[in-house]
Amino acid sequence: MTQWEVVIGLEIHAQVTTQSKLFCSCSTQFGSTPNTQVCPVCTGMPGALPVLNRTVLDKAITLGLATHCTINEHNEFARKNYFYPDLPKGYQISQLDKPICSLGYLDVEVDGSTRRIGLTRIHMEEDAGKLVHQGSDNIKGATHSLVDLNRSSVPLVEIVSEPDIRSAKEAKAYMESMAQIVRWLGVCDGNLEEGSLRCDANISLRPKGTETLGTKTEVKNLNSFKSVERAILLEIERQTDILDEGGTIIQETRHYNEATNSTKSLRSKEEAHDYRYFPDPDLVPIAIDRAWVSRIEQTLPELPTARHKRYQTELGLSDYDAGKMTVDRETGDFFEATLSLGSSAKEIANWLNGDISAWLKEHSSTLAICKLTPAHLAEMLKELINGTISGKIAKQLVDDMLETGTHPSTLIKEKGLAQVNDTGAINQMIDIVLSENPKAVEDLKAGKVQTMGFIVGQVMRKSQGKANPDQVNKRLKELFSLS
Amino acid sequence: MPLIHKPATELHELIKTKQVSSRDVTEAFLAQIHHVEPSLNAFLTLTDDLALSMADAVDQKVSKGLPLGPLEGVPIAIKDNICTENIPTTCASTILKGFLPPYNATLIETLKQAGLPILGKTNMDEFAMGSSTETSAYQKTHNPWNVDCVPGGSSGGSAVAVAGFEAPLSIGSDTGGSIRQPASFCGNVGLKPTYGRVSRYGLIAFASSLDQIGSFANNVTDTAHLLNLLAGHDPKDSTSLALEKEDFTRLLGSPKKGLRVGLPNEFFKHLSPEVKALYTTLINTLSQDGIEFVWLDLPSIEYALATYYIIAPAEASSNLARYDGVRFGFRAAGTSSTAEMIEQSRSQGFGAEVKRRILIGTYVLSSGYYDAYYKKAQKVRTLIKKDFDRAFEQVDIIASPTTPTPAFKLGEKTNDPLEMYLSDIMTIPLNLAGLPGLSIPCGLHNNLPMGWQLMGKAFDEARLLQVAHQMESLIGFGGCA
Ligand SMILES: [Zn+2]
Repeated sequence: MTQWEVVIGLEIHAQVTTQSKLFCSCSTQFGSTPNTQVCPVCTGMPGALPVLNRTVLDKAITLGLATHCTINEHNEFARKNYFYPDLPKGYQISQLDKPICSLGYLDVEVDGSTRRIGLTRIHMEEDAGKLVHQGSDNIKGATHSLVDLNRSSVPLVEIVSEPDIRSAKEAKAYMESMAQIVRWLGVCDGNLEEGSLRCDANISLRPKGTETLGTKTEVKNLNSFKSVERAILLEIERQTDILDEGGTIIQETRHYNEATNSTKSLRSKEEAHDYRYFPDPDLVPIAIDRAWVSRIEQTLPELPTARHKRYQTELGLSDYDAGKMTVDRETGDFFEATLSLGSSAKEIANWLNGDISAWLKEHSSTLAICKLTPAHLAEMLKELINGTISGKIAKQLVDDMLETGTHPSTLIKEKGLAQVNDTGAINQMIDIVLSENPKAVEDLKAGKVQTMGFIVGQVMRKSQGKANPDQVNKRLKELFSLS
Repeated sequence: MPLIHKPATELHELIKTKQVSSRDVTEAFLAQIHHVEPSLNAFLTLTDDLALSMADAVDQKVSKGLPLGPLEGVPIAIKDNICTENIPTTCASTILKGFLPPYNATLIETLKQAGLPILGKTNMDEFAMGSSTETSAYQKTHNPWNVDCVPGGSSGGSAVAVAGFEAPLSIGSDTGGSIRQPASFCGNVGLKPTYGRVSRYGLIAFASSLDQIGSFANNVTDTAHLLNLLAGHDPKDSTSLALEKEDFTRLLGSPKKGLRVGLPNEFFKHLSPEVKALYTTLINTLSQDGIEFVWLDLPSIEYALATYYIIAPAEASSNLARYDGVRFGFRAAGTSSTAEMIEQSRSQGFGAEVKRRILIGTYVLSSGYYDAYYKKAQKVRTLIKKDFDRAFEQVDIIASPTTPTPAFKLGEKTNDPLEMYLSDIMTIPLNLAGLPGLSIPCGLHNNLPMGWQLMGKAFDEARLLQVAHQMESLIGFGGCA
């Protein structure tokens, strides 16, 4: 039986993070009352004209540079013409033969090895509005449909990959990696639930060892990482079955249903739209000169994969910790800032991965919006290392710092949290605890070392966690001649 | 002389010097409108109340001793493809029946600021597609020189409003001659500024890369003053140019010495002997006054009409896609699916000429035909621009007849689109090149006015108006009294 090679190309639509829409000054905020973020331009009123939001250009160039693309000097917007009730002008303003970026790549880690996925192009375009069907979840069968144009003309970049992807797993890894980069760069918030990142996949099979591309199908509506993987697996299986039985693949567009994990045909090649692209005469071509590109090049941050490697080689972090510290820009920058204040990389990683992330998760917060600052964390770690506070107090402090934003030294002073290192005071507390627990004293005398933990615990409790546990241990060992 | 026969600049002086009020002037024009409209049909919507309240505001300024801006207090009529907030704007199409724009075109904001009372919205060819105003879905407009004749188009209503003394000034739009051709047919001055000179924001698009707002007036001086108001960069229109403000009247009255005017052979080829004789006489008269005429060639002009009828419909087919019955305007009744609603709304809402152009435009943009038609047309367009550039190395101004014939009879060409298209053959090249041009009346043929088209370099309207003013005084055309 023929062995099939899978050939996949992905088209990712990422909503560009901006205050205002691509061609008007309406807000892009998600979830507002329908048709409250609209104006004559984004509702396609007769006579209204688009004016480009230049922030989008800068962000598209940023993404292009980060993915090793050529930034094209000559940029042009084109009209993609088709009728649909959520498309107010009857055309979408997009880019065709003069996109902002072309011919780049993204290195993706899959199963411990690096795969280089080529990028054909990245172009800018506007989003359509949204239809809310009444009486059916589909336009067919609905009694009527309502149109919400809040999303109309929200800026998108479409990232088109080369057919370089060879498995569903790779596709998912590529999509995750791209999501990480667009978030990292601040190009897109990467919010899949709100549709900020959407994906279509072009899938075909060919006999292993051959070069010619097989007939492809396009699977649409892949709105989560899981969907990307599952829908592609499904389509590979469907195509394999057809080919194994000697059938032929029909070039078509298929729609993926996440709920039922199935795809169904939307339209065949014959029914495909003729979009009648032509340069939009309402928008003048944009020339992007070298100076523009280098201005953006200078603001380009170190990318997550490069940083991940650096943390392992230069800071000695484990692969796991390095990955965690570069998971997003907030964490990465927080880590860097704390590091620059003299804290140890491993310590910061431990705290960020442990108590801090647990607190953030519990309070549905993030590093960006919580009250903890790198300076406060660094200060707390300093006090911990030099023994002013115990590890237990540190845990308590971090919660307070996250909650209130108070400087750790203020908290230590106000709450009297400084570790008790005074031998006299510690010895006194031990004496009291021993006198209260004669049974334990008997056990210790009999050499039952396990009981030591209990006594240490009692002393710590009595000192409200402030006694230096090392000193408590040392004193008990002396008293009972334990080693 | 009755108020309505006076030039706009003179009316403004009278208002400024308190000899008449803006209300007097506005009322005089409204009275004329009500008097002649039954036979002319120039207006689709009258805005008497708006006009009078704007006039009163000007009069209050005058009574308070506040200074007036240029042309302030002088009423004006607006072509019905320019959006006026909450005032019907139909493009003379059924598909926009009852459409009340939620916003004002930049031009309307400008006129409101400048205090020019708005009299109403004028009839036009549907979506500005036509050369006789006969494709209007609502009414036929008649030429005041002969009511059996068309006023030209597409800005026929605006041309007639000025020619019939219903308004001293009016606004039109010119995509392939839609101001200059009706100005020629109606015997007034019609100006199409350089593409990018006047904001298109709020002008309902026909062909975006060719459309340009312009004006009708009784004389060149009024035209120059009005351009001072219209011109300017608009951040809402990416194709409007950011240029220094200039005074377009600054060269009026000081004739250019050693003026060289180019006469393109191509524009004089297809004239009837009588018409040709009229222009030969005109050229001779002007030559005697020291104007030097130079015959020259614009070889690519031969393809202008064909080029235009690819580019304009292509853009139109896309620009008119928004009329789908979803958000505004006409929606067909009794349909049972979205596709049917869109199809029926467009089938019933658009007239034959508009449909014809949408079909042509859709065809030339289709996959497989794009390169052969649209792309090639763009190349020819570049050649036409180059022809003009070369010509302007030798001459200051290029001149030609505005139209090959005077106004034709109503209904005469409605069944022959090609014949109709030919009446724009002299005006179309300028839109393709994006250059400024105007038509001034230069004589009568069969008791109907003929126009003299002057074409200038890009953004050289001041020179164009200077020369037009110079020739206007030499020709001494009387107007339609
Ligand atoms: Zn908007």
